[in-house]
Amino acid sequence: MANPAVAAKPGETQLVLRSVGKTYANGTIALQGMDLTIRQGDFLSLLGPSGCGKSTALRLIAGLSQPTSGLIDWRGPRMKKSDVGFIFQEPTLLPWASVFDNVWLPLRLQGISRNQARSRIEAVLESVGLSAFKDSVPRELSGGMRMRVSIARGLVAKPRLLLMDEPFAALDEITRFQLNKDLLDLWQAEKFTVVFVTHSVFESVFLSNRIVVMAARPGRIFGEMAVDEPYPREQSFRTSLHYGEIAREASMMLGAAMEMGGGNGGH
Amino acid sequence: MAATEENTATIRLDSEEQRRIRDARFERIGKWLLPLLIMVLAIYAWDRICVINEIPKYILPRPGDVMRTLVADAPLLFGALLVTLKITFLSLALAVIGGVGLAVLFAQSKWVEMSFFPFAIILQVTPIVAIFPLINIYVDNQTTKLLLCAWIVAFFPILSNTTLGLNSVDRNLLDLFKLNGATRWQTLWLLRLPASMPYFLGGLKIAGGLALIGAVVAEFVAGSAGQSSGLASRIIEAGYRLNASRLFAALLLISFTGILIFLILTFVSDRILRRWHESALKRDV
Repeated sequence: MANPAVAAKPGETQLVLRSVGKTYANGTIALQGMDLTIRQGDFLSLLGPSGCGKSTALRLIAGLSQPTSGLIDWRGPRMKKSDVGFIFQEPTLLPWASVFDNVWLPLRLQGISRNQARSRIEAVLESVGLSAFKDSVPRELSGGMRMRVSIARGLVAKPRLLLMDEPFAALDEITRFQLNKDLLDLWQAEKFTVVFVTHSVFESVFLSNRIVVMAARPGRIFGEMAVDEPYPREQSFRTSLHYGEIAREASMMLGAAMEMGGGNGGH
Repeated sequence: MAATEENTATIRLDSEEQRRIRDARFERIGKWLLPLLIMVLAIYAWDRICVINEIPKYILPRPGDVMRTLVADAPLLFGALLVTLKITFLSLALAVIGGVGLAVLFAQSKWVEMSFFPFAIILQVTPIVAIFPLINIYVDNQTTKLLLCAWIVAFFPILSNTTLGLNSVDRNLLDLFKLNGATRWQTLWLLRLPASMPYFLGGLKIAGGLALIGAVVAEFVAGSAGQSSGLASRIIEAGYRLNASRLFAALLLISFTGILIFLILTFVSDRILRRWHESALKRDV
């Protein structure tokens, strides 16, 4: 767990990707020459069509996969396994375990007993609004609630960097809006950094302070834009003119990226 | 379902919905009643055929004769059943230990699995009746012979199902364990073994029936070679003596044992999977 005394200050460089590339054994270039600086406290979205390497980039940052070229450079205090949280597109819960035990898992794997972990688990369940469901099993929950469990599990070890791979893509829009808002509240309260992979312009605009647009074939960064709307952002932001303007700008950048990358459907 | 029926009193339903409720009710009762009815009819027909055709008792006994023999020969038959059951459950227990043990070993390394799995298949596809004479030569002890025989038949479904289960863990969950620095042991104990539970239990259900078949077949083959006292030897003996009633009674006991084993294992499996696995869920939608 992060020690506040050694934790980096907001805005400090946390992670640098230097011309990172990934080529798979079948010759597919998933990612090419990716340069990116991630700062402490960023909410950074990787936005792009499928095949643009955004999920590959996330896996490389997580250490789940090894870059073919380039360097991933961690700055500041040394990162431990528990300093990085990962949230998948699916809730990816243990179906036989209760909500409580699912959230306990990352701590359990570090050798922390149920009793030692109890107060932290209860706090994080409280923060995602699932205190009343700690004894339920995943199949008794709705899709949105399962995703909340997944988020609680991602946050239980107090990560300094949270990697999210299209976490809300499978949810209905109303649930997604609510989870977007709750995620932002958690992010502001706990001050971790987020790298958020999405193919939704609107989601990236609502959530992030930085949007990195990617192009496909080969996967690479196309451009970057800042979202200057201050936090906290309320649901009313979604209907504001300013939101529309930023979304338009992001859509245009994505459109240009897709045109350059040969579009989404072509093969 | 119950709510739907309560509502019918208060809510006016169209004929389609009424028919659906009627069909559901009929299916619920019919599921039990129809097979029972057919069974009773078949037994009655059997009895009539014996009487009308004046078939002698030593060729086809009447159902009543079989039941009387079952009661009269109870000490003999149930003693034999106990012997067969002992072989069945011991071999099933050994099949679980051996099957799961080997599957866990296979899951540790693809190389081990690639090297040894074909041998398990060879053991499975060779008919046990053909292997038995060899076992008969190499193994002296009668119980060991039968156990080995039943074990060979029963262990394969457990091995193959558990191996499948251990290997079909959600990739993302494996990544999650890797991200959190899980040891090999933690991944096995907290992820692979629980995830393979439904597969293992499916294999166990098949193995339960096969263990009984293995025990009976082994005794059949051994019956001509040596002395044994299980249900199969009672059947052979009754066959030699043209005691068809006892033959049927013994057959009845074996069938009921098989059904009982299946029901017990189904019950156990449902209890274990009740909370999480789709196959154990009641379809209440």
